[in-house]
Parts: sequence; C-alpha cells; structure tokens
Amino acid sequence: MAGRAGSGAGMVEGALWRKWVFFYVPLTLFVVGTLFPFYWMLVTAFRPDGELYRPWRAVNNTPFWTTHPTVEHVLYLFQQTMFATWLWNTMFIAIVSTIISLFCGLLAGYALARLRFPLAGGLGTGIFVTYLVPPTLRDFRLGDTPWSLILTYPTFLIPFCTWLMMGYFKTIPKELEECARIDGASRLRAMVQIIFPIATPGILSAGIFAFTLSWNEFIYALVFLSSPQQKTVPVGVVSELIRGDVFFWGPLMAGALLGSIPVALIYSFFVEHYVAGLTGAVKG
Amino acid sequence: MSEARPQPIAGGAGGATEAARLATLPRDATAMGPIARLLEDERVLGFLLLVPTVVLLGLFIAYPFVKGVWLSLTSATVGNPGQFLGLSNYVKIWNDSIFQRAAYNTFVYTAIATVGKLTLGMWLALLLNRHFRGKRLVRASMLLPFIVPTVLSTFAWKWMFDPTFSVLNWTLYHFGFIQTRIGWLTDPVMALGSVIVVNIWRGMPFYAITLLAGHFQLVYVLTGGGPANATHLFATYAYQIGINTGLLGEGAAVSLAMFPILFIIVVIQLWYIRRVEGA
Repeated sequence: MAGRAGSGAGMVEGALWRKWVFFYVPLTLFVVGTLFPFYWMLVTAFRPDGELYRPWRAVNNTPFWTTHPTVEHVLYLFQQTMFATWLWNTMFIAIVSTIISLFCGLLAGYALARLRFPLAGGLGTGIFVTYLVPPTLRDFRLGDTPWSLILTYPTFLIPFCTWLMMGYFKTIPKELEECARIDGASRLRAMVQIIFPIATPGILSAGIFAFTLSWNEFIYALVFLSSPQQKTVPVGVVSELIRGDVFFWGPLMAGALLGSIPVALIYSFFVEHYVAGLTGAVKG
Repeated sequence: MSEARPQPIAGGAGGATEAARLATLPRDATAMGPIARLLEDERVLGFLLLVPTVVLLGLFIAYPFVKGVWLSLTSATVGNPGQFLGLSNYVKIWNDSIFQRAAYNTFVYTAIATVGKLTLGMWLALLLNRHFRGKRLVRASMLLPFIVPTVLSTFAWKWMFDPTFSVLNWTLYHFGFIQTRIGWLTDPVMALGSVIVVNIWRGMPFYAITLLAGHFQLVYVLTGGGPANATHLFATYAYQIGINTGLLGEGAAVSLAMFPILFIIVVIQLWYIRRVEGA
C-alpha cells in the first residue's frame, strides 16, 4: 500500500484519506490507549490532594492536567515511608536472582540444545513443566529476608531462561564449535569462548526478562516479607500506602511511577536486542 | 516482515573475527588431564551442566509439589496431619458451586482475553510493520504496559475505575455518552469486563512485538499470557481455602485441579514446537 502513491492527483488524495482512516487514526488510538494509564499516574503523582479528591461530576474538575503541580507526594514517599530502602531491596533481589537464573539457564540451555545424553528430552520437558506448579504449593517459609525471594525467584526464572537460551543456541550453526574442536579446543572451551559470546543477544534478553519478572513479582514478596524495611517496591507501595480501605492515591501513583522507571529505562536501552533475542536473531 | 536486526554471525567481517579467534585458541587436546578428558564426554558434560538447574528446581519445586499432591489426598488442616482420603477432596470441590463458578469465570476470562490480545496484537503489529516517523519510539513505548510492575499499573487502572473519582466516567459524561456513573468494578458483569480490558492492555504489546518479529513462538506467547493467568483465579480461591479456613488438603486440591489440563496443553505445545523445529 505504501508504494502506490503518486499516480494522479485523485489517487493521492484517495490514498491519503485511506492512510488516515486505516493507519494514523488506529495507531493514535493504540498509542493513547496504551500510554494513558501512565499519563494518569504522572498527573496524579503531581496533583495536590485538594484537587485529587473532586467528585467526577464536579464543575471545577480538570482531570487531565493540574494547575498547581506539587512534589508533596514524592516527598511523602521518601520521608514518611521507606521507599528508598524498598528500591534498594528490589534492585538487590532482582540482580542476584537474575544472575543465579542466567547461570543455570545458560548451562542447562546449552546442554539441552547441543549435547546428546540420556533423558535430555525428558529433562527439557520436566524443566519447563515446573513452571505450571501452582504458586500456592511453593511455600518454603524461608523467613522475612531477601534470601527467601532470591532462592524462590529462580524457580520460575530458570525454566524461562533455559528455554530462551535453548532456542537461541539452536539458531547458532554447529559448524562453529566443530571448527574450534578441530583446532584442538576442548568441548568446554568451545562452549565458553566460541558459543557464549555469540549468544550475547540471547543472554541479554533472558537477563532482561528475568530481571523484569523479579522486579515485578508480587505474590511471593507479599507472603514472605512482613517487616517494612525488608519489603520490595510493589509490596511496600501497596501495603504501606493502603490502610484498610483508605487509598493514599497521590503517593501511591508517585510510587508506581518511580517503581516503573528502572525497568522502563533498561528496556529503552535494550529493546532492539530484546526483541531480536526473544525470537532468535539468527534464523535461516 | 524484514526487520533490521543485529546479526551476530552474518558472515563477512564477523566470520573473519571468528576465524581470528579460533586461530588464537590454545590447543587443549594435546595436554589433557583426566578431568578434562572426562568433560569431553557428552553425557558427563551434559549431566554436569544440568546439575545446578536440577538441584534448584528439584529442591524448591519437585519436593513441595509432591508434598502438595500428597496433601491434596488427605484431610489435613492446620496443625493436624489428617488421614489419607484418596480422591474425595477432588470429588468435593468438583461438586462445589464456588469452584464451578471459578472454573467457568477462568474459562471465559482466559478465552476472551486471549482472543482480544491476539486480535489487537495482530492489528498493532500490522500498523507497526509500516514505516513512519518516530516508529522506534512508538514501538518501544508500546512495550511499557508489559514491562512495568503489574501490581502498580493495575492500581493506576483501579484509580481510573474509582467509583467516585473515575476519569473515564468524567470523560464519557462530558462527551454526553452517560448521565449516571458506571460502576466499573462494582457491577459484576462490568467488573469481569474491566479486568479483561486491563489484562488485554497488559498482554497485547507482547503479542504484537512477537508477531512483529515475524517468528511466532507459540510457547512464549502462550505462557506469557495463558496458563499463568488461567491458574490465577484458582490460586486465589486455593489461597482462601488453604490459608484463611485452614483446610490445607482441600486448598491443595483446588490448586492442583487445573494442573492436568495445563500439563496436557504444554506437552502438546512442546511436541508441536519440536516437530516444527524438526529436531
């Protein structure tokens, strides 16, 4: 459709009209629909309480912007709650569990994709099926420490990492290892020095995936962590800024916004790698 | 769908650096100890590479899972190990009206949400596949719902659905569509609809990006939005029974009720993928 413009004035106008109806309008709706909740977080986070709680039909209601932006909710977050500590906890837990999961997934993915040994198929399926074990049964009671989560998260991150890496390794030609081995490299060295560097996009996307999943995890963190100084961002924001049925919407949305920024930043840097790695970059 | 992607081993310059790296490798084979020789065996190396994964998953998944299956066959309550009952917990929940309701809701919820995500995701992928200014920015920003913490974005929606302060009601009212407010989360039918909308909002970008990349990997797509969500309502109900009422055996049975179905779906998926890949 894109290449059809430019044969007669009438055609161009027709094409332009079609382009608006079938392209710009739907795309704009998608963009608005996707991003509006984030815009709403932003507006709420900087809106003074007096403006925040105006009923939906109030005459002086200006829901889409604020005339008196304020940082009181952000200050509340850092002064009245332990938000900075939650950020640090979340970061620490996400990084360590990502490293553990990547390490396991990288090795297991390589073994399942490349090496022939008894039970390989069964183990591959088994690792994947563990993902289906209901979370309610995964109750280990390791106590109110970050380590309970650092040991729990790999149980659902490893299956993902293993399968992602397995898919990625399968797209790398076997000849590369064979060349290295003919040149005298051991199997282990061929794996670590030839194949792993080539698999960097795959490792990166598995890492981003694992990091995001652990950053965003809520259920286990809610069940395991009880003291305020141990909490992660999602749990801290939800449990400390909702008291009974009173929602502190200003700080809540400020917390949601600030808690989303780290993962959003990571993605904005790696989105191309992520998309390529997720789907196996070297097809055909 | 010919996207410009980083191609790590696309021949040419890449191949040359690879060759250079190969040339600099020391020759291991000539001076090998017994351990190194053992590692040359595919079976030994394969087994060793899987040890960390198998140990971690075995310890933290397989053991609780077997314990959970055992629990579901007993009359255990908190502080009481109970006795072996066979399948009677399963028979009991099968006839339980709340369980039937949860099963029905799960089915409707999953079916509608999946169709919605797939349709809208496909549409979005077709739009993003065309060339326009700011395409990279739009594509990156479209992933946001998928990557930010679900709980936090769900609260943004809850705030938008708020009975008194809803911005959606305000907008619809000012454009003259409604006169009285809509109870987005208070009316049962609207509530299920609202939850489905939020779920589609969150899952749609992932479908779109995966489709856009031109390589539809069923397993990631389905697990990114399928079984995990399907188990969610059951998990909530199981949590209520197991933790709130202390009936551990029954709670475990509710948790496991979906397992056989999901297990069959996943095994079929894996079989299909292996067949497609021709492995």
